[in-house]
Amino acid sequence: MPLTEQTKQDWSPRIVAFFCNWCTYTASDLAGVSRLRYAPSTRVIRVMCSGRIDPEFVIEAFTQGADGVLIGGCHPGDCHYSEGNYKCLRRYHLLQRVIAQMGIDQRRLRLEWISASEGKRLQEVVNEMTETLRQLGPSTIREVVQTVIK
Amino acid sequence: MPVNEEARVGFYICHCGHNIANMVDVTAVAEYAAKLPNVVLSRDYKYMCSDPGQEMIAKDVEVFKLNRIVVASCSPLLHENTFRTATSKAGINQFYFQMVNIRENASWVHEDKEMATLKAKDLVRAAISRVVFHKALEKKKVPVNPDVLIVGGGISGISAALTIANAGKKVYLVEKEPTIGGYMAKFDKTFPTLDCAACILTPKMSAVLKHPGITLLSYSEVSAVDGYVGNYHVKVTRKPRYIIEEKCVGCFACIDACIFKEAKFSDEFNEGLSKRKPVYIPFPQATPQVVLIDDKTCIHFKTGKCPQTCAKACDRNAFDFDQKPVVQELEVGTILLCTGFQPFDAARAPYYGYGRYSNVYTSLEVERLVNASGPTGGHVVLRDKSKPKSIGIIHCVGSRDEKTNKWCSRVCCMYSLKLAHLLKEHTDAEIYNFYIDMRTPGKGYEEFYDKLLNEGVHFIRGRVAEVSDWAINDHEKGKLVIRVEDTLIGMVRRIPVDMVVLAVGIEPGKDAQDIRRMFNISCSNEGFFLERHPKLAPVETFTDGIYIAGACQGPRDIPDSVAQAGAAAAQALALIDSGFVELEPNTAFITEELCCGCQVCINMCPYHAITFDDGKGKSHINEALCKGCGTCVAACGSGAITQNLFEDQQILSEIYGLLVE
Repeated sequence: MPLTEQTKQDWSPRIVAFFCNWCTYTASDLAGVSRLRYAPSTRVIRVMCSGRIDPEFVIEAFTQGADGVLIGGCHPGDCHYSEGNYKCLRRYHLLQRVIAQMGIDQRRLRLEWISASEGKRLQEVVNEMTETLRQLGPSTIREVVQTVIK
Repeated sequence: MPVNEEARVGFYICHCGHNIANMVDVTAVAEYAAKLPNVVLSRDYKYMCSDPGQEMIAKDVEVFKLNRIVVASCSPLLHENTFRTATSKAGINQFYFQMVNIRENASWVHEDKEMATLKAKDLVRAAISRVVFHKALEKKKVPVNPDVLIVGGGISGISAALTIANAGKKVYLVEKEPTIGGYMAKFDKTFPTLDCAACILTPKMSAVLKHPGITLLSYSEVSAVDGYVGNYHVKVTRKPRYIIEEKCVGCFACIDACIFKEAKFSDEFNEGLSKRKPVYIPFPQATPQVVLIDDKTCIHFKTGKCPQTCAKACDRNAFDFDQKPVVQELEVGTILLCTGFQPFDAARAPYYGYGRYSNVYTSLEVERLVNASGPTGGHVVLRDKSKPKSIGIIHCVGSRDEKTNKWCSRVCCMYSLKLAHLLKEHTDAEIYNFYIDMRTPGKGYEEFYDKLLNEGVHFIRGRVAEVSDWAINDHEKGKLVIRVEDTLIGMVRRIPVDMVVLAVGIEPGKDAQDIRRMFNISCSNEGFFLERHPKLAPVETFTDGIYIAGACQGPRDIPDSVAQAGAAAAQALALIDSGFVELEPNTAFITEELCCGCQVCINMCPYHAITFDDGKGKSHINEALCKGCGTCVAACGSGAITQNLFEDQQILSEIYGLLVE
């Protein structure tokens, strides 16, 4: 999905993106090398495998003010470590329920399988998610948490 | 967030010429970073990866007593090692380094300088916040097994095997077909020199067989791969030939004695243009010279009621009808994948009539027809045994086409020219070449094209629309009519010919995806194996110790495949001769005091690296088996597992740094 003029001008969400080293991080390198333009919303944290992504990381990202969290891993069957992406998938489904209970819109957390060759797919996913988040507006969970702590 | 008071961070941002500086305000980022906690020094520099850039780090470490280094530049997959080495040369542990990717992940993908700069600042803050929690680690050195596995016995695999074996290393060459040689063995002549393919290939094939350093495992496939760089465990399944390889001398008495007096079954080597018996050898120079039985057509295997005349004719008792697949285990240090390609299936372009009109041939079929050892003994004849008087060669079948494959297959222009020359020589027919663009980049290639132009071969520029037998005048009757827009004269033409040759393109092999999964490497979008870097590491993969060469990486001709095989062989030899590999210390370990003994982690590990100590009631990770994915770390409820380089605290600080200004 191409980025609309509207998105460029308006508020830009901040997405914490956890990408696995072997597939999605490589895809994001490929997007770079291919000069595929996408929204400047993602902030990538590289992990060796999507299986490393502790649910705590996702919750922490939201409570520290992320407007969205994007998880990128290898396609099913393609995990560099055999099955780390399946473990990630299980945690993702659990996390979707947890964040809903925290009052976070489920569309703010997205899991995508993006292989090393799918730079184009990465561009599409980031632009789509940015557009969705732009419609949802800034996440307020950080303020809520800060208030509760006080 | 806890802070580490002792950390003294040196921050460097790279301009990468204009690559970064054009889209990210590097001075602003450097000024911003200078004010962040723990940062002692912040600089921007034109090319950080250059020698002066690296030396600057070393000097600064000495002068400013730095103990942490952060470099914002390109992808860590490209230059992390460069800067780790620079850090280590500066006298501090190489893992006190963190890299920020602001090129592939920012300057190259954004259009708004302000936003790209903001993003770069966030990423830099995250890295600085993370690096203070880095720990000093040591890379583990493990010895490299000097033996090499080469998968695929085409010209690439053969060349690489000979190079490596000539260097005194042991090579296992695995080939799934009954013979090595690959597609090159089917060719008659090679372009542009027109030297005979068999004359240059068969000596190499027999050199492979005779070489004391090469173990040839033909008619075998790799069924499992385990281990890591320097130490791979490989299982090879040897398919049953029903012939004891060591006993067969290649006299072919069994083939003559087969109960089938006439050959009845389609001969794969001749592209189905001739017949073979159930007991056969693919071609006379097959290597090894060992026959095999096709159990799908053999009467014995189909009915169990065959007098086994073949076995009786064998005076060496080489027959064993009870052979079963045998799994052979190999230990190797490096692996070369030379698994090749498959030709485009011409039936996928139905408008050219392949399979419908008997005189439409693929280029490979014509290679066999012009070959002196082919099904017709080198006589180019149509299916009715008559000699063609006019021949049309259609280029780019399945290539450069939105409907099929988008890429240029690189070899078809040249082999079409070669076939045009050979067909002219064999038949003296009128030859028409239909091309979109003539692509002849290579030594002597353009000259070869020139030569053909002077030989009286017709060249018509335009993509052929259709091949049909629909005649609109007597002149076209009984012929195949090629309909094409001749873009040089600007009109649609109908060219009647006796024979059509489809120059089919190159595709990834049909088992490329299975091979990729087995060896844990990636494929590019088209399905060819993905190299580590398109320019700087064209034969390496993202999995250390696994190299690729030949057409499995992309369409290429024989000289390029051989060159790549040499490059891959050199890479493997360099690794072997260094004697050891250094492993990334990103393994996980368990802090016993924190482990509650719940054993959740044990099922997480795909490598069975975690065991439970019943006596202590604690789990334990075997470092040698751990590959460092970190899946167990994320599953541990009591926070007892730590992954080096990706500790919870490091990642949490990174998240915090990203979001909190």
